[in-house]
Amino acid sequence: MLSEQAKRKMDAELAKYPADRRQSAVMSALRIAQDEHDWLSREVMDAVAAYLGMPAIAVYEVATFYEMYNLKPMGRHKMTVCTNLPCALSGATEFCETLKKRLGIDFNEVTADGEFGLKEGQCFGACGDAPVLLVNNHQMHSFMDEEKLEALLKELKS
Amino acid sequence: MTQVILGGLDGNRTWRLADYVARGGYEALRKALSGMTPEQVIEEVKKSSLRGRGGAGFPTGLKWTFMPRNYSGDKYVVCNSDEGEPGTFKDRDILRYNPHALIEGMILAGYAMGATRGYNYIHGEIWSVYERCEEAVQEARDAGFLGQNILGSEFSFDLFNHHGYGAYICGEETALLESLEGKKGQPRYKPPFPATYGLYGKPTTINNTETFASVPWIIRHGGQAFLELGKPNNGGTKIFSVSGHVSRPGNYEVPLGTPFAKLLEMAGGVRGGRKIKAVIPGGSSMPVLPGDVMMQLDMDYDSISKAGSMLGSGAVIVMDETTCMVRALERLSWFYHEESCGQCTPCREGTGWLYRVIHRMEHGQGRAEDLDLLLSLSDNIQGRTICALGDAAAMPVRSFVNHFRAEFEHHVTHKRCLVEGSARQEKVA
Repeated sequence: MLSEQAKRKMDAELAKYPADRRQSAVMSALRIAQDEHDWLSREVMDAVAAYLGMPAIAVYEVATFYEMYNLKPMGRHKMTVCTNLPCALSGATEFCETLKKRLGIDFNEVTADGEFGLKEGQCFGACGDAPVLLVNNHQMHSFMDEEKLEALLKELKS
Repeated sequence: MTQVILGGLDGNRTWRLADYVARGGYEALRKALSGMTPEQVIEEVKKSSLRGRGGAGFPTGLKWTFMPRNYSGDKYVVCNSDEGEPGTFKDRDILRYNPHALIEGMILAGYAMGATRGYNYIHGEIWSVYERCEEAVQEARDAGFLGQNILGSEFSFDLFNHHGYGAYICGEETALLESLEGKKGQPRYKPPFPATYGLYGKPTTINNTETFASVPWIIRHGGQAFLELGKPNNGGTKIFSVSGHVSRPGNYEVPLGTPFAKLLEMAGGVRGGRKIKAVIPGGSSMPVLPGDVMMQLDMDYDSISKAGSMLGSGAVIVMDETTCMVRALERLSWFYHEESCGQCTPCREGTGWLYRVIHRMEHGQGRAEDLDLLLSLSDNIQGRTICALGDAAAMPVRSFVNHFRAEFEHHVTHKRCLVEGSARQEKVA
């Protein structure tokens, strides 16, 4: 379920904590597993639990608590836009309308071809750059507008 | 004008160790390790009047004295870089443009409190910043600023970055500790406080990124010099994140006590030359103030507090005359409802209730009794929960209703918005 490469990455995270505190690496381990599988199926979470020596339920608790884990497939490119107040004051609401229309989906939906998923974010801590779009949790795009969106979609599809 | 943290930086070009050293970086660490006792380091921080930059404004030097001195096991220092208070985006800039200021600050804190390990808990959504911090820590380790017998002294300390994955509540210090231990981020009861029972049950001190990053300057130039940058009881400079309806949103590091009008001017003034209506001066959890009140205030802990709000994290959210206050509050209330960890009933149930009532007001279905209901709900949340998230959800509601009551009443009576002409007619959730 987990590749050797993923396990090596998890080992690097485990090294940050005392040897008897392997559970501290669970958030990183889930992130690494999600990067590999796109979403956290029960099997993937069980593999993480086994690797860290944790009860599976403790891993599910973490995966369901934090917002950036995908508990269902969210498309090849999950797009999250922050719509919180500071961003809303700077065009995020309008940008989301553009994005929804362009992709033909609403929040928490995935396009029929499985390419794009859309999520509404809470606060990214980047309010000065609004509107802000995150691709697959890790790639942040600031000051978004329609033109930048077209360029980004083209790049992601290729 | 002196800038303690953002001074002398050139964006992405000057974050590396060599640049930091060229700016005088790690001199404070040399000074402390070669000629100051841990007590003297704490004494300087006390003298500086540095107050917690994450939101609570607690005196940092005093907090550091809470750590037990003669403790034989591990002690920890933890940096709260889980910056997710709507409106706040200063720690992101510190971490990506000046990461070594934080690292040096944490090492100094470790020395002052006798801690051997530090963790820097980084907000989930800023992945590239986490990667940069990983690089910076490695640079510091390679240069001998982290590890065994730092700079040939008896002091050993190591530091690690921990990446969050999306939970506002982990900005609460005990929730952050739970999260570091690999659990759901649910706040702990206090007492015991982290200085007694913290990470893995060991004595732990948690400070905000900006707080730690201020410490090297204080040790280099002295606590008195830092205090004099600001004003009594409000020492130093502060980074204000200005967002919303301004022409140049961004981070501005200015002396505490700077007039709000000047800060607004630095941010380019209100966008489109419109009139200012309201400002949340310290992050979304703090009470909103009317624009004309703000225009008379200075940006420091005591002035803002006297006016009935709080300086909080220094996140200044500016709203102009076109803003519908009901709609603004609706979005904030949804945030607190989403981010409630679910542990305490008043918060778990109350935040959802608040949101639903504001939502129906915004959508033209408000009832005559709803304003009183909102205030009563707020009363029944505030002060009745384990952590401050409940208060954070209640305080905006109370202040929005108090200062802009007519707007809320208009929504209820006329089923439409005073500002935009008509309420949204979507289906009520």
